[in-house]
Amino acid sequence: MIAKFVEKPVPESINLKDPVLAAFLAWLIPGLGHLYQGRRAKAALFFLCIMGLFVFGLYLGSSNEQCKDSKGKIGYGRAVYFSWKKGERTWPYLCQVCVGLPALPALIQASRMSHNKKVWWGGFMAPPRPKGDHGPNKLQPTLHDLHRVLNRYFELAWVFTTIAGLLNVLAIYDAWAGPMTTIPGGKKEKETESD
Amino acid sequence: MFNFLFADGSRLWNNDLWYALPAIVAVSLVYAATRHERMRPIWLHAGRVAGWIIGFMSIVCIVLVFFSWLT
Repeated sequence: MIAKFVEKPVPESINLKDPVLAAFLAWLIPGLGHLYQGRRAKAALFFLCIMGLFVFGLYLGSSNEQCKDSKGKIGYGRAVYFSWKKGERTWPYLCQVCVGLPALPALIQASRMSHNKKVWWGGFMAPPRPKGDHGPNKLQPTLHDLHRVLNRYFELAWVFTTIAGLLNVLAIYDAWAGPMTTIPGGKKEKETESD
Repeated sequence: MFNFLFADGSRLWNNDLWYALPAIVAVSLVYAATRHERMRPIWLHAGRVAGWIIGFMSIVCIVLVFFSWLT
């Protein structure tokens, strides 16, 4: 019934300016590519929806609670982190990084952690400390701490931030090629033409 | 029968299913926005997509309730 009220997509010419630059900007900050193209309403919609979901995911992956293993605090944005060690590969980060700049601190933190340097910003987006690591990051939570304290919210935070990244892939495509409209009645018209 | 939906005998607003709401809103709006350029068709299409998602989730929920009732 609702379908009756949905307007058929009408192909219209949109000035995409430089589509490659727009796609890059759309990846960098959700909606920025559309803002560059002058599509302000869609820019606001993409920014609010994608960043809203991503920030909500970061919030769910945060806690002020004390860790059991390391005696430090859990901290913020723990569901978004990068680790490429064997057995600890964070495949969801490949989706999360599609959000662009907001997910990039995870790469800096992963680099610092792997070079045995103290992570920044209280461990925001830092990978969990390996068990038995008593270096400069000894107060950082282990993966066990994260699961114990955050519980199911750790998975929920992963889901929200991953969905945000995947949605931004759609937004990037929209900035690059415009809306994926179908020509109304195109198939039927072609069939009648061939007849 | 629906006890698993309202775990620990709590109220409806304590249910974890509410976490699906922001995801449904964002997914339907972004999906619709990649199919239209103007805002009105985007809102209408998003409403339709959200309806489909909620409908699909409800069917899955009913199937799960049925199987939990069987066991």
